Amino acid sequence: MSDPAAQAPHGEGHHTNYVKIWGILVVLLVISVLGPFLGHPVVTLFTAFGIALVKAYLVGKHFMHLSLERKWIGYLVFTMLALMLVMVGGVAPDVLKHDGLGWENRAAKQSVEQGNAAGEAAEKAGHGAPGAAPAGEHH
Amino acid sequence: MSSATADAGHGHHDQGFIKKYLWSTDHKVIGFQYLFTGMFMALIGGFTVYVFRMQLAFPGMSVPGFGRVTAHDYNSLVTTHGSVMIFWVAMPVLIAALGNYLIPLMIGCDDMVFPRINRLSYQLFLVSSLVLITSFFVDGGAFGGAWTAYPPLSAKAAYNLTPHGAPLWLVAVALEFVAFLLGGINFITTVMNSRAPGMKMFDVPIVVWMIVIASIVFMASVGPLVAGAVMLLFDQTVGTGFFDPSRGGDPVLWQHLFWFFGHPEVYVVLLPAMGIVAEIITVFSRKKLFAYKTVLYTAIGTGVLSFFVWAHHQFVAGIDPRMANIFSVTTLLISIPVAEMVFVYIATLYGGSIRLTTPMLWALAFIGEFLIGGVTGIFLGASGSDIYFHDTYFVVAHFHYTFFPIAFIGSFAAITYWFPKMFGKMLNETWGKVHFWGTIIAFNFIFIPLFLTGARGDHRRIYDYTHFPDLMKAGMQEMRVLATLALVVLLAFQVVFLVNFFYSLVKGKKAEQNPWKANTLEWVAASPPPHGNFPELPTVYRGPYEYSHPEAKDDYWPQNQPPQTA
Amino acid sequence: MAFPRPIATTRSATGIPTGRLAVWWVIASEIVIFGGVLGSYIMHRLGHPDWHYQSAHTNTAAGAFNTLVLLTSSLFAVLAHQAAQQKDGKKAARFLVFTVLGGLTFLIVKGFEWASEIQHGYTLTSNTFWSFYYTAAGLHGFHVLAGMVIMLFVAADARHNRELQRVENIGIYWHFVDVVWIFLFPLLYIAK
Repeated sequence: MSDPAAQAPHGEGHHTNYVKIWGILVVLLVISVLGPFLGHPVVTLFTAFGIALVKAYLVGKHFMHLSLERKWIGYLVFTMLALMLVMVGGVAPDVLKHDGLGWENRAAKQSVEQGNAAGEAAEKAGHGAPGAAPAGEHH
Repeated sequence: MSSATADAGHGHHDQGFIKKYLWSTDHKVIGFQYLFTGMFMALIGGFTVYVFRMQLAFPGMSVPGFGRVTAHDYNSLVTTHGSVMIFWVAMPVLIAALGNYLIPLMIGCDDMVFPRINRLSYQLFLVSSLVLITSFFVDGGAFGGAWTAYPPLSAKAAYNLTPHGAPLWLVAVALEFVAFLLGGINFITTVMNSRAPGMKMFDVPIVVWMIVIASIVFMASVGPLVAGAVMLLFDQTVGTGFFDPSRGGDPVLWQHLFWFFGHPEVYVVLLPAMGIVAEIITVFSRKKLFAYKTVLYTAIGTGVLSFFVWAHHQFVAGIDPRMANIFSVTTLLISIPVAEMVFVYIATLYGGSIRLTTPMLWALAFIGEFLIGGVTGIFLGASGSDIYFHDTYFVVAHFHYTFFPIAFIGSFAAITYWFPKMFGKMLNETWGKVHFWGTIIAFNFIFIPLFLTGARGDHRRIYDYTHFPDLMKAGMQEMRVLATLALVVLLAFQVVFLVNFFYSLVKGKKAEQNPWKANTLEWVAASPPPHGNFPELPTVYRGPYEYSHPEAKDDYWPQNQPPQTA
Repeated sequence: MAFPRPIATTRSATGIPTGRLAVWWVIASEIVIFGGVLGSYIMHRLGHPDWHYQSAHTNTAAGAFNTLVLLTSSLFAVLAHQAAQQKDGKKAARFLVFTVLGGLTFLIVKGFEWASEIQHGYTLTSNTFWSFYYTAAGLHGFHVLAGMVIMLFVAADARHNRELQRVENIGIYWHFVDVVWIFLFPLLYIAK
């Protein structure tokens, strides 16, 4: 066998301007870094995670050549991402939330309170507190 | 272990022993390596269950071959039995050994697409087995936190009392996952790309489909647990708090990550066993598989649904009851495709000319015994009844009625069916049947009593029932003794199998190329197939189950036979 | 390659060359591994509003610089692929070496960043935020390192115009590692 890459018409005769894509990615990166300076959490959500999605899309489409690949490869990738949504969807009601129908995760709530108290105290003291709620360190 | 393959009489090349049997890239040799390692690990799994069942039946006795069982030993033995039987017996024998051996032969090519990655996969698996075996001998003994490794029991040495066994166990499991990921990618890519010319999607034998679907399900479900294993390892060794609620972690997260893998894993091993049964019942009823596409689609449906049921293991773990409702419904739903497969197999048998050979007996037993496992699962999938049954011997009996048919009945069916191809010798039928009846009868005598004690509230994970007067009511201990004696009988009958296996390997009747008159491509190759498998790579003209076809001159019609000769 | 390639490897019933097909399946399996870590992190992060006192101390500048480095290394990887398609193995190998240097820069920056954080007392065990921070970035860094090693082997072959199809395969893997970082960056550095 000579060259399996030659078996598929992959990227041949298709000239994406890779440097241009890279330029767009860098501009997007700058936006995502500057986003939080606007000081609005919703804006930050979009500049951070919205732009991450756009960047991932650009890299996937142009650098990984998903646009030229057989369609089902894209579906495979999406299926795996969807499975992770299923996982988070099934786990979040127990792990993300600290109370629900007839139950309460007191340990978790307590750890949040401790973390907040330690964080505020450290901010007042004017420097970062290593290990807010360092319950484990006292063991 | 691999030395046994040396006796297989593979023809004599001038390669050295090491190159040929230990460092080989040939898919058949790698399949044997997995098979023999799996069989060896099954001895460990069998020994551990013998020891702890003896302790339960006769508390405080000195178990022959082990001695007195302490509570600490008991935990290690139970944990080892569970993890070995699932990760080091069911997985390597059903998926890795049979997948490696059968896939290239059944799809008509000369090897896996990545032979060296295949070799690496086995070597990683071997290392994982050695790490696990090492953990039996370290200070504190083998891991004692149950095969599900729930934190905080598994995370803190102060609780599980196995400071070295716990991380070693975790490393062994993680290595084993990597080995099966590499193997799985190899299987999937091989079947997708390297099928014989003419072999279309629906000409692929069901067992190959099943192994591929199982590999995909494994790959898609194991990721979160790999992540969880890293987190748990850090909790154990460097003292992070991923699963410690007082430090912002959550132990329930581990249970979710574990069962997100753990439940699909049941179907990962079930599907190959279902595939093996499909091959055997078609050959020995001389009849086309009833509804090939239905089997395939229900298998895919089972695989998809298996990702939506995991939390039924956690109904009493403090998960939100609204989520428990959802998971009850999905769990009951998944019985539909599995039941459909069973119906299809029964329909295949209907009106066939059935030959009750040893492999056929195993295949029929699989259907019957697995059915009991499946039906009892309904009580556990419904959250209401599960709250009563949870952590009783009812659960133990239920999952042994699923896993024993999968891991052992399925494997025995496969080994007795493909033995002539693998080693070029026939197994002894009479001793095969003795082994079959001994195993099946003893198996039912183990677990039917456990269903009964479980239904009466017998709690599992108890080391000595004499401390629990509520569980020593009339008849309970007698049933435990009955189960244990049946277990000893079952283990004794495995000697029949091992003797038959190794005796036939050396002195068995020589096997023809196609002793069962089967259609699939592995029977086109010589018995045993040489390196490279086929003298000339076959071309495929039809599906794998054309038995008793009116246009064919025999009652079977090999996939590679050109139509004009018929 | 002295190793005799089986006929199986040369068949392509899907129309996708075997090596590239396998890389996609590797990526599929990696998505769920990283998905497990990041999913767990996101759930804990949303459930623990107190963690923002911790995340305030991550070094956004270092993270942003590293994103730039990885994006640039991805550009080199895809340029290497382009060169390999034009059968210019030497050029492909050169671009691959640039990619590896990008990975090296990434790891060095990471090393300084971690050293400084550990000096300030933010260690793996000081808080579960930091446990996730080191675990997620460490798992990613391990993939960067593995990619660099494989890439050096591919480059050594490509230089002699051997196995040029591997340039594309390792490139796809590298872009995937890049994409993981694209999500890690806002999760660990921007979300304060």
